[in-house]
Amino acid sequence: MSSTTTSPSVSPFQLFLMRFKREKLAIAAGITLLIMILMALFAPLLLSHGPNDFDYNRILMPPSPENWVGTDIYGRDLFTRLVYGARVSLTVGFLSVTIGALVGSFIGILAAYRGGWLDSIVMRAADVLFAFPSFLLAIAIVAVLGGGIMNVIIAIAIFSAPTFARITRSSALSVLNSQFVRAATTMGASHSRIMFVHILPSTISGILVYFTMRVGTSVLTAASLSFLGMGAQPPSPEWGAMLASSRDFIAVDGYMYLTLYPGLCIFLTVLCCNVLGDGLRTALDPK
Amino acid sequence: MPQYILKRLMGTLGVMLVIAILAFFFVHMLPGDPVRMIAGEDATLQEMEILRQKLGLNLPLHQQFYLFMVNLLQLDFGTSLISGDAVYDVLSHRYVLTAKLTLVSLWFIPAGIILGVVAATHKSRFLDRACMVFSVSGISVPEFWFGLILIQIFAVKLQWFNPTGFQSLADLTLPAITVGMMGTAVIARFTRSAFLDVLSENYIQTARAKGVKRFNVTYVHALRNAMLPIITVIGLQIGFILSGSIVVETIFGLPGLGSLLIESVVARDHPVVQTLLLLYSFHFVMINFVVDVLYTVINPQVRLK
Repeated sequence: MSSTTTSPSVSPFQLFLMRFKREKLAIAAGITLLIMILMALFAPLLLSHGPNDFDYNRILMPPSPENWVGTDIYGRDLFTRLVYGARVSLTVGFLSVTIGALVGSFIGILAAYRGGWLDSIVMRAADVLFAFPSFLLAIAIVAVLGGGIMNVIIAIAIFSAPTFARITRSSALSVLNSQFVRAATTMGASHSRIMFVHILPSTISGILVYFTMRVGTSVLTAASLSFLGMGAQPPSPEWGAMLASSRDFIAVDGYMYLTLYPGLCIFLTVLCCNVLGDGLRTALDPK
Repeated sequence: MPQYILKRLMGTLGVMLVIAILAFFFVHMLPGDPVRMIAGEDATLQEMEILRQKLGLNLPLHQQFYLFMVNLLQLDFGTSLISGDAVYDVLSHRYVLTAKLTLVSLWFIPAGIILGVVAATHKSRFLDRACMVFSVSGISVPEFWFGLILIQIFAVKLQWFNPTGFQSLADLTLPAITVGMMGTAVIARFTRSAFLDVLSENYIQTARAKGVKRFNVTYVHALRNAMLPIITVIGLQIGFILSGSIVVETIFGLPGLGSLLIESVVARDHPVVQTLLLLYSFHFVMINFVVDVLYTVINPQVRLK
């Protein structure tokens, strides 16, 4: 946001909008995500069934006009379950990354502003955590806390925080010596005012890009954990849990639709987050 | 050079110590009394006391840690709560398969580099677009789902492979494809951007102006310099392959370390989980160390800093 190349008549935000309009693919991804979120929110209004309404006369039906993506072994409509599953998956994705982002950025700004031993400790700790693939960390945390969707959210929040801390710290450091921060210090602004009113806004763009991409990763991680039996448990329509129950039919030809669609939902969500994040980065940081 | 390696080795040992401390506290962080967990719900107080002494959990914390480290250095990781066998024996059984899967999955390195170079040398043309679509899809695809779909197409429908289990190396084909997918995608993307950066450098222009053959410019002048950042990413991706194998082994029913980890977490077999976390961490740290050393071999500037 400290861009100096802008002409005075255009605000940084308008400049961002102008650049973002050129990222057609990212806009499409954003709209897709928005539709998914709206469908998840208004699921009861859009669908005639609940996610766990069973119909033993219609078990394991392949995709048809009545059941768009088929029914499962209890005769539950899979499309209904996928839409309700989006509620679980998107909630986990957004909530966990939001917690991670809040905690991480707070630590990052504090580390940059205070410097010294606090900075060293935070960054060394982040280095150690970075040496590990996040999925293994998530399993380790779930091994300590036990399974369940709440613990998955906590696990993802914990391993997201260090990256947010690092991103926020580096962009905070880059404005720490800028004139507006010095001016605020000279005028006697309090530490918290300098950190959160003056420094925080200039770190937002980095956080935003990473946040978007991280939501995708977090949906993926949560689904993996549920698939392995450590996250959401049946009969929850969470996508990973749905895939786990589809495994019973894995060795039988003709039931691929059970596996195909929950996975496609995960894939689509993660893809949209990655493409949107990429577009945001291009628009915010044109290099 | 030896000095630099020694310095890095000390740093690596430091990180290992931190990890050992974390692993030590792993049992202490479990909610509730670990002895109650290990002994089971119906154990008597007396039995629990005996177990507590046997595990050394009645000692002061620093003595417990000392014992833990001594045992660790002697490769004594305790006994599995489920099978009752020594954790070391349980692990060594499973280690070989995961090592094989990881080695076979390294196909992603040449594949990713080739894709990235092809994309960069065809910038903004069809091949570039195709490579990048593949790359962003590869990063977004859930590994466990991709594996399940591969099983249904190539093992169930076409019957080219066994759907699950491990009899011969051929059974590792589908798992290796699944594990390597994401690595290929990440490396392709990274190679492309590193390569494009290098191609715009002056020395590439000079080489071209001198009349060096196109092939030589691309693969001798550019690739070597572009390799520096790529190597770091390859190192990270090998780590991710190890963690990717956790899910993939489970799907394909391969009795390796990854499926053991999942079984042990679900069964709350804490000594096995603790040792596996240590073992995985050890591998990641060692990979990072090797990458750092390789880096200095290729780029002497790093040594001088």
